[in-house]
Amino acid sequence: MNLSLYLWQRGTAALMAPMVIVHLVVIFYAARHGLTAADILGRVRGSLGWGSFYALFVAAASIHAGIGIRNVLSEWSPLAERTAGIAAAAFALVLFGLGLRAVAAVTLP
Amino acid sequence: MAGVPTEVQAEPKPSELKVSLWRGTDEGRYQDYAVPQRQNQTVLDVVTYVQRHLDPTLAYRFACRVGMCGSCAMTVNGRPRWTCRTHVAKVAADGRLEIGPLENLPVVKDLATDMSRFFEHWQQAKGTFAPTKTRDDPIEPIRPDSAMRIAASAAIECINCGVCYAACDTVRWNPDYLGPAALNRAWTLVNDCRDGAVPERLQAVAARGGCHACHTHQSCQAHCPTALNPTASIAGLKRRTVQAWLTGEITR
Repeated sequence: MNLSLYLWQRGTAALMAPMVIVHLVVIFYAARHGLTAADILGRVRGSLGWGSFYALFVAAASIHAGIGIRNVLSEWSPLAERTAGIAAAAFALVLFGLGLRAVAAVTLP
Repeated sequence: MAGVPTEVQAEPKPSELKVSLWRGTDEGRYQDYAVPQRQNQTVLDVVTYVQRHLDPTLAYRFACRVGMCGSCAMTVNGRPRWTCRTHVAKVAADGRLEIGPLENLPVVKDLATDMSRFFEHWQQAKGTFAPTKTRDDPIEPIRPDSAMRIAASAAIECINCGVCYAACDTVRWNPDYLGPAALNRAWTLVNDCRDGAVPERLQAVAARGGCHACHTHQSCQAHCPTALNPTASIAGLKRRTVQAWLTGEITR
C-alpha cells in the first residue's frame, strides 16, 4: 500500500463511519415502528435523498473493500501485486454494480 | 564416633537444560544438547557453552554481551529475543530451550542470519542523517521539551537487533515492506530539526512498502527488547506523510 491507496482507504472509512450509524438508526427505527416492506418502499421510492445516500455508501464501500482485498491478495496469495490489483479492481466493480442495482431497485420510482 | 555409620551426602548433580539448537541453513533441523544449568545464566551463555564445549562447528553471532550492539538476537522458545539479556530462568522454567535463527531473514548458518535485507530497508527508508551545517557553524540549540525532540527521544534507543523485523507479520507477508526498525529510524530523523532530507525521507516512506503497509499488529512493540514502540513511530509517519502531501511537500 502506498500513500494514495492509504488516503482512499482512510477517506472512505471516514465517510462510511457516520453513514453506518445512520443506516443502523434507520434499521432500529423501522423495526421499532413496525414498518413493513411496503411502508419502507413507499418512503424511499423516488427519494433522491435516500438514493444519493446509499449510492454514495455503495461507492465508498466498493473502494474501501477493493483496496482491502488487494492487500489480502497481494500478501496472502501467490498473485503478483499487479494481478492482485486487477483482481481487486474487478471485485470492487462487481460490488459497486450489485450495490447500485440494489439501491436502484428500492429508490427508483 | 567409632562404629557409627556416617552418611555421606552426595553432591547433587547440577541440573541440566535440554537445549535444541537449529543446525543448517534455511534447510536444517533442531539438534539436542544437554547443558549444565547455572545461576544467572543467559540464553547466550547456553549457546556459547555448546559452541565451546560440545560442538565447535556451531555458528552464532554476538559482540558486546550487554544489550548494546544488537547482534545476538535469536528465536528463543518461539519468540524473538536478545539472547545476551534474556535469562534462562525467565524463558525456560521447565528446563527446555529451543533456539533458532531470527525469522524473516535468510539463514547464513545455524543461528546466524543474513541481515543484509534488514539494513537495505533501513537505507531505503533514508535512515542516514543528512547534515545541514558544517563543523564551523554553531551547534543547533534543541530544547529537550520541544515536541519534536520528545518524539525523537521516544524512538531513538534502537539497537537494530532485528527482533521487531523478525516479529512482524507484514514483513513476513510483504517482502517490500521496510519494517519497523527502518521506519522507526526514519521517524527519529523526521523529528530532527537539523536534518536536511525530510521531504525525500517522507517520500521514501510513503512509497510502496512504506509506512502505509503497516497493519498495526503491534508485534514490534510487544517484542522490542528496549521497550520502544515502533508502531507509534509508524503511525506518526502516516500522519506526517499525509500532512506533507496536503502541503505539497511530497507527491502521491
